[in-house]
Amino acid sequence: MDLATIVDRVKQKFPESVSEVSAFRGETTLRVRSEDILPLCRFLHDDPETAFDFLIDLCGVDDLPREPRFQVVYHLASTKTRLRLRLKASLPGARPQIASVFSVWKAADWLEREAFDMFGIIFAGHPDLRRILLTPEWQGYPLRKDYPLRG
Amino acid sequence: MGDNNTMILNMGPQHPSTHGVLRVVLELDGEVVVKATPDIGFLHRGLEKLAEHKTYHQCIPLTDRLDYVAGMSNNLAYVLAVEKLLGLEAPPRAQAVRVLLSELQRISSHLFWLGTHAHDIGAMTPLFYAMRERDEILFLFERVCGSRLTPSYFRVGGLAQDLPEGFEEKCREFTRTFNAHVDEYETLLTRNKIWMKRTQGVGILSAEEAINWGQTGPNLRASNVNWDLRKAMPYCGYENYEFLVPTGKNGDVYDRYLVRMMEMRQSNEIARQVVDKMPGGAILADDPKVVYPPKDKVQESIEALIHHFHLASAGFPAPPGEVYASIESPKGELGFYLISDGTNKPWRFRVRPPSFVNLSALSTMVEGRLISDVVAVIGSIDIVLAEVDR
Repeated sequence: MDLATIVDRVKQKFPESVSEVSAFRGETTLRVRSEDILPLCRFLHDDPETAFDFLIDLCGVDDLPREPRFQVVYHLASTKTRLRLRLKASLPGARPQIASVFSVWKAADWLEREAFDMFGIIFAGHPDLRRILLTPEWQGYPLRKDYPLRG
Repeated sequence: MGDNNTMILNMGPQHPSTHGVLRVVLELDGEVVVKATPDIGFLHRGLEKLAEHKTYHQCIPLTDRLDYVAGMSNNLAYVLAVEKLLGLEAPPRAQAVRVLLSELQRISSHLFWLGTHAHDIGAMTPLFYAMRERDEILFLFERVCGSRLTPSYFRVGGLAQDLPEGFEEKCREFTRTFNAHVDEYETLLTRNKIWMKRTQGVGILSAEEAINWGQTGPNLRASNVNWDLRKAMPYCGYENYEFLVPTGKNGDVYDRYLVRMMEMRQSNEIARQVVDKMPGGAILADDPKVVYPPKDKVQESIEALIHHFHLASAGFPAPPGEVYASIESPKGELGFYLISDGTNKPWRFRVRPPSFVNLSALSTMVEGRLISDVVAVIGSIDIVLAEVDR
């Protein structure tokens, strides 16, 4: 199954969720509604046709001064179809919160903690959401664009 | 003290078997680990933040300092990402040299792992043997770029300079003798009763668990998943070389050992093939907007000097967009996710660190096992804390 068919399948299943499909340098990105991330990911993981069994990476992006300010970027891969897919969900600057995908991929455990640590993005439903690289009493979120290079 | 019957033991960050500055908080019931909580970040340098304030060329030396026992691989993944962003391709000779050095780097990284891992478990001799051959490889790197650990030799569009005179012959010499050295290591460990008792059935990850935990590299393949980016999604012309992807059966510490031993032989085989097929020609893509002028021109002509100065100080603007490029590094899938806003510096510079994700499964592997197994399991994951913490 090729990526275009998979994207169609996802759009059929979640017509409201996928707002934009873009391709750049041979990579496909789905911009998805942040509220639907968990069911969408569960579908991509469980469906035998899509079979994205790997959560390769999960990271935050700060697009200050644009709004919605934060993006959460998911890099998926499948050992069955050997395809890659990128999901992007936008979150408002005032209260960046999104559902945790830990229940789908355990790999999300530390990756979500890192995105929380660096951007202050809340992953609702994460079993142990606390800072991972910085000390617990650290003030601020270093990878935000309004955080100075010299802390 | 933890609960009534358990004890909290602090392991690291100065413990020698934690391979740097990993701290693990162990909750113990006697000698059995009830809960293991890794504590990382002691080596956090804010590398991703730093990179957002540097031009694309200036980021290359930063990547050396991720997994510092595999600098070439880090450089490779990063320059591939930038090249993808620019829509640029390095010439065939540069690609072949990249494969050659990355495979030698894989051998040296695995040798370092072998020595320290065996030492952790109590076998001291392999360390000295492994360092001997690793030094030969580092010596080769030194001939290529003057540096042993932090090469910064791969450049956007190709290489910093061509291989030195007689380098191929030196590589041939190494590949001719290396297999016999792997035999030597194996006589010390593979059928060694103590080694097998300490490693077999320890730290097991099933194939499903390994994939779900995002494990990549030898840790994944030891769990009997045939997944190697050099085969699954080839880059740099890996499809032109013949090699096997070794896999294990049980996903325990012993299988991770076996997989890495076999991988060293395969890497040696790839290196041999690259040297035999080494194409001639340019080592840099022909794109003056991003590629540095040759050094001898810079020393002769004012135009080339200005060109060099401009690229070194202002860098080059990259087209707006986002790319992810990854390679099969010695530790697993090393990827770079770059977002460009059209300026000369990355808007977002994200490293997908294999050690970090691989280490996240540590608790699963050690809980319910003896405290001495923790040492064996940490060693078998093959982490470099500079990459975990960034």
